[in-house]
Amino acid sequence: MTTTEPLLDVRDLSVTFARKSGPTVHAVDGVSFTVRPGETVGLVGESGSGKSVTSLAVMGLLPRRGVRVGGQVLFDTDDLLTLPRDRMRDIRGRDIAMVFQDPMSSLNPVVPIGVQVTEVLERHQRLRGDKASAAAAELLSRVGIPDPTRRLKEYPHQLSGGMRQRALIAMALACQPRLLIADEPTTALDVTIQAQIIELLKELVQDTGAALVMITHDLGIVAGLCDTVHVMYSGRIVESAGRRELFAEPRHPYTGGLLASVPRLDAPRGAPLHPIPGSPTDVLRWERGCAFAPRCPNRLDACTDGPPPLETLPGRRLRCLNPLSETEEVPA
Amino acid sequence: MLKFVVRRLLLLVPILFGLSVLLFVWLRALPGGPAQALLGERATAESVARIEALYGLDEAWYVQYWKFVSAAVQLDFGNSARTNRPVTEEMLRTFPATFELAIAALIFAIGIGIPLGYFAARKYGSWLDNLSVSGSLLGVAVPVFFLAYILKYVFSVKLGWFPTQGRDDPRIDADHPTGFYVLDGIVTGNLEASWDAIMHLVLPAIALGAIPLAIIVRITRASVLDVVHEDYVRTAEAKGLQERTITRRHVLRNALLPVVTVIGLQAGLLFSGAILTETVFSFDGVGRFIAEAISNRDYAVLQGFILVIAAMYVVVNLLVDVSYGLIDPRVRVR
Ligand SMILES: Nc1ncnc2c1ncn2[C@@H]1O[C@H](COP(=O)(O)OP(=O)(O)OP(=O)(O)O)[C@@H](O)[C@H]1O
Ligand SMILES: [Mg+2]
Repeated sequence: MTTTEPLLDVRDLSVTFARKSGPTVHAVDGVSFTVRPGETVGLVGESGSGKSVTSLAVMGLLPRRGVRVGGQVLFDTDDLLTLPRDRMRDIRGRDIAMVFQDPMSSLNPVVPIGVQVTEVLERHQRLRGDKASAAAAELLSRVGIPDPTRRLKEYPHQLSGGMRQRALIAMALACQPRLLIADEPTTALDVTIQAQIIELLKELVQDTGAALVMITHDLGIVAGLCDTVHVMYSGRIVESAGRRELFAEPRHPYTGGLLASVPRLDAPRGAPLHPIPGSPTDVLRWERGCAFAPRCPNRLDACTDGPPPLETLPGRRLRCLNPLSETEEVPA
Repeated sequence: MLKFVVRRLLLLVPILFGLSVLLFVWLRALPGGPAQALLGERATAESVARIEALYGLDEAWYVQYWKFVSAAVQLDFGNSARTNRPVTEEMLRTFPATFELAIAALIFAIGIGIPLGYFAARKYGSWLDNLSVSGSLLGVAVPVFFLAYILKYVFSVKLGWFPTQGRDDPRIDADHPTGFYVLDGIVTGNLEASWDAIMHLVLPAIALGAIPLAIIVRITRASVLDVVHEDYVRTAEAKGLQERTITRRHVLRNALLPVVTVIGLQAGLLFSGAILTETVFSFDGVGRFIAEAISNRDYAVLQGFILVIAAMYVVVNLLVDVSYGLIDPRVRVR
């Protein structure tokens, strides 16, 4: 790994939602990570772990009401969290772009695909008219949409889910952003299409040199794509490591559980999967101990005494009092 | 598209047929008849019979109905028993008046309703939002004739800002080639007459437009509140688009779809509101004419006018559906 300056430096990010009834929700709680230029970083965790909220905070797209955001999000030495709103608008879509989970609802149903692509080019690159259309057609063909000039005139409902996600990727990459955030870009798609989209993203970030933050709950995707992985649980990072280290040697019992629940191509046919027992709603508040403790096979009494710290080990960060031992085999 | 329009227009035939039968039977089931109304309380049996024979009212209802239908398909609805002029002539006089009033009412309701609903939604929970929500509740609850009287009393009688009645000032000399007085003033170069016609329209249009306004505010507000949370608006934000592009292209275009439907429905209903408004402001239009026809049991006028209004209601709804197809590609019919 090179030691270039990070492109994105998220420091101690926290996001709380105030609710009219009930306690405030600590959706993201002291999350720190960096993304270097061209690097692909995975953000992994079950539903509700705060992955989307983290990415929306980076993009400045959280609702303004009832939300408190703390910490810093440094991009090019600017703190995105304190940047004026119009400066942030200039950065979004040009330097940082995002692809969302559901391609069915992420495109405007009453505006032709072409307009939805060219509007980014008009906004950030001042391209107009024929030039913009030509560039848009070029972008569509680059993401593997056949017959792009015809597609430009069509409406979202005339495209399949996979094609729509390709179109959304084209929009995101229109201005050659230096950072692309993809929030579960394949969850809503068929399995065969999923693989194609991941392959496409991989190719595109390699070609353009863009850094990628890949948000997913699928470790299979991470394995084929990411340089570094951060595992989140209930709003906090519980383990971070390079992809190799993490897969070869998961230390957090939650990471171990996630790995055990992934169907492996090299496993013998019919080998059992091991889902993590319990559900992500079964959490402890971090102030009172490890949030994963109620589901953890390695739980100690000390785990529920107070929040475990995020320790920095060689090549790894780990938030666990009783990690899996360094040589322990992942149950497979 | 053309096929769709033709199919919908063909639907008019059974609708108008059914309606005309109902109307015909219902009118003749009403107590008292046109002869009675024409001659007054002390009419003798012979004079009533003479009038009835004159208008063919002594024949069996199905014979009358057949005569009515065969004339009506040639746009001949007979003569008004009250004014003794052809019903079609009365239509040509009164329909432009009511159209002009309805258009003014819609301009008022749409021009204020959509921006107000939009800003209420964007400033959700603010005083503007609360005011427009409670105002729109009031708007649908206040009876039209009550509102019309209040407006007339305050702004015409007390403050004298607007004329109290009619469509124009008789002291102004004006030609009326189209029957739309505002337009007439413009085409004949008589802008004073146009302005005068507008001043006569203001209060009746507000009274007539109040309910549509209230409904448009509410629908727009609810619809914008929905749409701003849609994923595609978040996509637009993620692209860094300017706020006005997001508002116009991504929020309003979608949020106005249900509003268009509601405007169409309200436009059709304006005729019933016009009866009350026109009566209060002595506005010489369809509504007032029908109200008078009812008290006079003027069969020919009621039959003709109500059928034409029903046909227009269907056509307005067709126009709404067509325009809906133009702005929403998902329902576009080929
Ligand atoms: N607008 C909001 N208001 C209140 N709470 C919210 C809001 N958005 C998210 N949350 C809460 O924040 C927490 C984290 O949500 P987030 O969407 O980041 O999860 P996620 O890791 O992306 O999960 P998924 O895999 O389901 O997308 C959840 O508990 C959620 O209920
Ligand atoms: Mg999410």
